Amino acid sequence: MDNTTLARATMGTSLGFHIVFAVLGVGLPLLMCVAEGLALRRHDQAWMVLARRWSKAFGILFAVGAVSGTVLSFELGLLWPRFMAFSGGIFGLPFSAEGFAFFIEAIFLGMYLYGWDRLTPLQHWLTSIPIALSGAASSVFVVMANAWMNSPAGFQLGPDGKLAHVDPLAAALNPSTATEDPHMLVSAYVVTGFLVAAVYAAGMLRGRNDIFHRRGLAMGMAMGGIAIVLAGITGDTSARFIYEAQPTKFAAMEGVYKTQRGAPITIGGIPSDSQHRVIYGIEIPKALSFLATFDPNAEVKGLDSVPPADRPNPVLVHLSFDGMVGLGTFIGLLALAFWLLAIRRRSVPTRRLLMWGLVLAGPASVGAMEAGWFVTEFGRQPWIVYGVMRTSEAATTAPALGLTFAIFIAIYAGLAFTTARLLLMLAARTRKTDAATLRVVSPDE
Amino acid sequence: MSSAELVAGILWLALTAYAVLAGADFGGGVWDLFASGPRAHEQRSAIAEAMGPVWEANHVWLIFMITGLFTAFPTTFGVLGLALYLPFTIAMAGIVLRGASFAFRAHAADVVGPLSTWGVVFGVASLVTPFFLGTAAAAVASGAIHAPNGQLASSFLDGWTTPLAVVIGLFALSICAYLAATYLMVENEHRPDLLADFRRRAIAAAFASGFFALLAVGISLFNGTRLLESLTGRGLPLFVLALLNGPLALWAVWRSRPHIARFAVAGQVVLVLWAWAFGQWPYLVPPDLTISATAAPPATLTAMLVVLTIGGLLLLPSLWLLFRVFKARNPQARA
Repeated sequence: MDNTTLARATMGTSLGFHIVFAVLGVGLPLLMCVAEGLALRRHDQAWMVLARRWSKAFGILFAVGAVSGTVLSFELGLLWPRFMAFSGGIFGLPFSAEGFAFFIEAIFLGMYLYGWDRLTPLQHWLTSIPIALSGAASSVFVVMANAWMNSPAGFQLGPDGKLAHVDPLAAALNPSTATEDPHMLVSAYVVTGFLVAAVYAAGMLRGRNDIFHRRGLAMGMAMGGIAIVLAGITGDTSARFIYEAQPTKFAAMEGVYKTQRGAPITIGGIPSDSQHRVIYGIEIPKALSFLATFDPNAEVKGLDSVPPADRPNPVLVHLSFDGMVGLGTFIGLLALAFWLLAIRRRSVPTRRLLMWGLVLAGPASVGAMEAGWFVTEFGRQPWIVYGVMRTSEAATTAPALGLTFAIFIAIYAGLAFTTARLLLMLAARTRKTDAATLRVVSPDE
Repeated sequence: MSSAELVAGILWLALTAYAVLAGADFGGGVWDLFASGPRAHEQRSAIAEAMGPVWEANHVWLIFMITGLFTAFPTTFGVLGLALYLPFTIAMAGIVLRGASFAFRAHAADVVGPLSTWGVVFGVASLVTPFFLGTAAAAVASGAIHAPNGQLASSFLDGWTTPLAVVIGLFALSICAYLAATYLMVENEHRPDLLADFRRRAIAAAFASGFFALLAVGISLFNGTRLLESLTGRGLPLFVLALLNGPLALWAVWRSRPHIARFAVAGQVVLVLWAWAFGQWPYLVPPDLTISATAAPPATLTAMLVVLTIGGLLLLPSLWLLFRVFKARNPQARA
């Protein structure tokens, strides 16, 4: 494999690994903050037990997220030195801001995790607020930088091809930021909410229908349920923006080969480069033109609007896009069913079929998010900075990339395995002490 | 002072903070690996207790430095990423494994136990990381990275695989251990037995770091690298101070004065880093990359100074609070 492919594989693996922990770093602090706030306000120890259990798991998850994020900041320079030499001065600003947000999150998390005995209950709860806020801010800042790669703005090139003028604020607030940022932020809450719900749904299936499980499930579904609606709305806005700003990415997402008016939408199917169409898909006439512009006869640019060398891989991008939408719809419908049942019965639903669905919804939400990033990243190819710099021009010339790729795969696999094993062990220990804890915090059960 | 120089100075301060704070966390890992004697378990607990609340915040100085460097000096960042690909990649693996293994042990202590595989990983990664960061620093300081017009001309092995780099890597490692041992002396003042354990370790680290420092100077004298020019040029006053401060630090450790020792050893790290910085001024990476020539456009630097100011106003009080809560004299810690 050449260096570009290896650098992409290494970067993609690192990002795909890191983001699972990163979104939990955004969402879990909010859940802990709410649970602990409820505990203090209502003098209800059961909420406090939940907050403390989450914080134990979060201590591990945040650390893995922090160190895997460090890898990414290194890899920007190690894998893409020419990209960073060109772009650093333009889009570095949000990264610097993210550095501060991460600082605040790490500092207050230190106080939160280790301060249970050193701070008053109110002080302790207060430390959770900057964690939740800076976690969200980190996501916003980092995605600004990615948005810039999709719609580079805030700079001019001189006649020599060198940077002539830079407006870092315009780069940070580039056109994609307005659609990409909100979509990622709410997706972080989607994933956290559904992963938390999946944990408690699994407990329910084992017959553990106690106050912790009902509350944990309800909290996860509240966060995930609200966020999945917002993810649908922001995703729709995002897709329509991409239609305007990145027509080749849009064409790849929808598997549109030929520029056409009144374009149909193709659900599923596999784009075939030889037949120049999506095979085995379900076509709805004119639906794509309508969804993109509200005009059923509007023109949709196809992959043929650019030379073959400038096209992304439509198979990957189309399948990822449909995968994201499909999984998102699946978990959205589950959330709807959950809340309809909850409202009708005025209690947390426990039906087995629904619980099985929610156990699947956890990984499905992760899959939807990863697929969404596949769309963003594969859809931008062959560019690293859309229309400005090719990915192949940006990669390092360093030796032994294959070796470091293999080593990092092994490290990530080890970390994922251990994190999962430790979380399961923590959960198993909780299970043993549950009965005793219940007698203390909720004698009526 | 130009805004590029100001930003470079702030980034060097961040490097200093990383060395003095996170350096001690790496040193903690070293002493965890070499915990021995009847109180090995207590030594490990003391290290975990000291690091737990602060290591992640200490670690962020590195991320701050990296993002600051690629924003303000993108060309330099690109060249360093290429030239030091190998040592940085190894250090990066060390950073990941060190942090993750520490967290695994700290937050799942009752299910993992201190002597598990991850305990060994924690120690070994704490050893590997400062060593390779040290060799990378040596490559920069010795002027081995050539990049005329911002294009890397030297090889991927230049500068960090020399005997000098190995000695500087060992110096970085031993001074991290030295820092950790003196910090742990302060934190365990109330435990005479642990205080004595860490005092012995501090003395060993003092001799090791002093030996490697003098050896590095000796090698530089012999082969006349750029490092010697730096330390005898603009860096001379700070270098002389470091030579005087070294014995003072050792004296404080020897006489079991933890507070003076901690201050003196941290001071030693500061003096060495700033002697290096002033010595190679106005170069970021001698002999080709200067601060002014590789700086980002003025608009970026101005925006960055604004972000640094706002961020600093949030960061410094937060850091103060963190260290106040966990590092101020705490009656509970004596229990």
